[in-house]
Amino acid sequence: MINLDTRMQNVAIVGAAGKMGSGIALLMALEMAYRALEDREHTYVLNLIDMNDTALQGLLRYVRDQAQKDGEKQMNRLRALYKDRADLVENADMIQEFVAEVMLHLRTGKTLTLAKDALLVFEAAFEKEEIKFQIYNELAVVCPQAAWFLTNTSSIPLHVLADTCGIKGRMIGFHFYNPPAVQKLLEVITPEGCDPALVESAYELAKVLRKKTVPANDIAGFIGNGHFMRDGLHCIRDMEHLAEDYGFVQAVYMVEKVSRDYLLRPMGIFQLIDYVGIDVFQLILRVMDKYLKEGLHSDLVDNFIEMGVKGGQTSSGGQKDGFLKYEKGKPVAIFDPAKRDYVPMDEAFVKDMDSRLGAHPDPSLTWKSLSRDPEKEARMRAYFQTLKTMDTLGAGMARNHFEASRDAALDLVKQGVAARAQDVNDVLTLGFFHLYGPINDFLD
Amino acid sequence: MKRMSKPVYLAAGAYTLSLGTGRPEFNPKKPRPGLDHYIKEAGRASLAQVSDPAAVDEGVIGNFMAARFNHQGHLGSLMTIVHPALEYKPALRVEGACASGGLALASAIKSVLSGLADVVLVMGVEVQNTVKAIYCADFLAGAGWYDGERKDGHTYFFPGKFSDRAGAYAAKVGPAKAREAFAHWYRNAVESARLNPDAQEHFNTVKDLVAQGMTPPNGKSFTDHLNLYDCSKVSDGAASIIVASEEGWRRLGLNRQDVVEIAGMGQMAADLTAPPPDLTEMTTCRKAAEEARAMAGVGVQDLGVCEFHDCFTVSGVLLTEALGIAAPGEGADAVLAGVTRRDGAFPTNTGGGLVGYGHPTGATGVRMAVDLWRQLTGKAGGYQVDVKKDHGIMVSMGGNDKTVVSLVLKR
Repeated sequence: MINLDTRMQNVAIVGAAGKMGSGIALLMALEMAYRALEDREHTYVLNLIDMNDTALQGLLRYVRDQAQKDGEKQMNRLRALYKDRADLVENADMIQEFVAEVMLHLRTGKTLTLAKDALLVFEAAFEKEEIKFQIYNELAVVCPQAAWFLTNTSSIPLHVLADTCGIKGRMIGFHFYNPPAVQKLLEVITPEGCDPALVESAYELAKVLRKKTVPANDIAGFIGNGHFMRDGLHCIRDMEHLAEDYGFVQAVYMVEKVSRDYLLRPMGIFQLIDYVGIDVFQLILRVMDKYLKEGLHSDLVDNFIEMGVKGGQTSSGGQKDGFLKYEKGKPVAIFDPAKRDYVPMDEAFVKDMDSRLGAHPDPSLTWKSLSRDPEKEARMRAYFQTLKTMDTLGAGMARNHFEASRDAALDLVKQGVAARAQDVNDVLTLGFFHLYGPINDFLD
Repeated sequence: MKRMSKPVYLAAGAYTLSLGTGRPEFNPKKPRPGLDHYIKEAGRASLAQVSDPAAVDEGVIGNFMAARFNHQGHLGSLMTIVHPALEYKPALRVEGACASGGLALASAIKSVLSGLADVVLVMGVEVQNTVKAIYCADFLAGAGWYDGERKDGHTYFFPGKFSDRAGAYAAKVGPAKAREAFAHWYRNAVESARLNPDAQEHFNTVKDLVAQGMTPPNGKSFTDHLNLYDCSKVSDGAASIIVASEEGWRRLGLNRQDVVEIAGMGQMAADLTAPPPDLTEMTTCRKAAEEARAMAGVGVQDLGVCEFHDCFTVSGVLLTEALGIAAPGEGADAVLAGVTRRDGAFPTNTGGGLVGYGHPTGATGVRMAVDLWRQLTGKAGGYQVDVKKDHGIMVSMGGNDKTVVSLVLKR
């Protein structure tokens, strides 16, 4: 039997230069470098596969820059690792050497044949079923029979992929959250018939990478998107309903404001959809609806894609315009599909909309202020009790959204996607940086 | 017994703000002023206090590591940008690690005593925020013995060295008492810094400073016996003061109440390659301070204000003992009893010291002289203390107690 240490000597990442792939590449590149420094008897190779040469060069630059930052943070460890290298004396000497070590193990290429010796294959390709099927059909032929596949899919049922592509038992879901190098959460999806040794190694690897694992069942969308898609659709529908009375742009502002400031979340729902990408949001909805058949669909999302309004991020991590327009990462305008243009959120507009929503339950409380507050639990409890009694448009919308979010979370437990309520709460707090899990008694 | 062959004085002190984390002006992502900015600002602030800048005979500037931090050598020449009157006059840069400013003062005093100069403009400068702290640690480690110590030294070399001292001191007086004394030293420093608008900790609003100072050290992320609050910060800044004979300060249009006399000086170096004889004692500082006091003919009881080189809180506590304010092993008790507080028997580091004001290394010795001069002439503004005695003392230290300049000043 091949153990994890041996598998770590030859790893491939497919879709390595994408948003998620590059983060996984960084994590693995660093882990390999440390392993190589402690184990000079073996050769470590990390194969980075992507279709795009420019993106691959960008990936190498990203790994190099981040390796330097990691070396700076891990200086005590580096000083111990390089204690016998007389030529390395200063911190700067060792950091430079470490960066060179990290880069030494990387191989880049555009074809899947680069993975021919890999015993551990991460896949973080674009979230489109046809693409994933194509990749796994080829990997099944190219890779050694002993190779294991860790997919970063956030929506496609794994048993469908594995069975169709002839790698049943050798695939597990390793769903990182963005950015993978920073986010602690890892959703682990174990499909039926998965090799127990793979399951054990996957959890061992997660521990090595210092990730907090949450198990999810192999049901389309899993926990993260299972909640996000339903939460997003609820907000879109609520906004469309509101738009009948107030207008589209006004309704987007109000739902955005309520979902962020009233529910004490780090960003509003439309900013979050833009962050993920409206196109990705649409693809995930399609996959989930295909397998779950519960009407997970939005004409509005389809219209936005047709108009070329897609959101997502630039290669350097900047936010592209979507529902909202961004300047220096901050929303400044709202897309009006009737005008096919953005309407600025100027002072008069904001003032008018805020007055329609009514007073905020406690303007001193924000996601940021509460994030580091040791008393946040008690403060949030009191806050939601105030919100419960308020008779304003904003408070009503917030209660409605809060309950929809809770119902979506409870459904995930009922449907067996999550084994327990705590798992859903962990995904939302760790993966989405919410201050509280959706399953709670704050409004009871 | 060494004696001053004639009276030498300090006058017209000034310093810039200490720029670094904690100051609202500081943004690591934006360009910041360089050496020339600080040299001009501090030097001109000194010359603005005198009637005739042309009366300056010489310039001396203390600097530790501009060659690495700023890729700049030849600071003696750079100093002439302060005023056209400095052009074609002697100017030099001196270096003695963190005592570089102290050495600049010593050098100027000797010039005046030699009779070759009556007025010497003394400056100190350091601009350290050009690199991240992890690389700054490399540069500052140059104050230790590179060939013999650096390879096995701590990531943060000097915090590591003084953590060893803190550990030894904790073993001597008890860990709880030592930690509490360090926390109180930190509290005193920040409280004084809040009164000094140029201090790096001026805007510190933490309510319970002692509680913050009590944060247990974490050897994994930093050092075994010191936490981050025990350390002076990485700083940019400059300081300036004039060393003059009586004839010199009269030529500058100053009066006796504007100047303080340098009553005694102790300057010495110890073997850089040898470990300290006792980790719980600042031996070189003690000897230099004894020499300065002996030259001035004063005892500890005659001191009304002090400036200690508290690069770390533990240095402050150990210097309390080295200067005879507390007996060996009783420095922690003295600090806890408030002896070194602003209203204590020995008001110490009244503008914040290194922990509170900041530590632009090459400038620090000169900055200490400025603060003593301000206190003894009543020019300390918002951080003025009631100086009950006529004498004050400063100890400027380089490396791990290896180069020391101590001055006793008299108003």
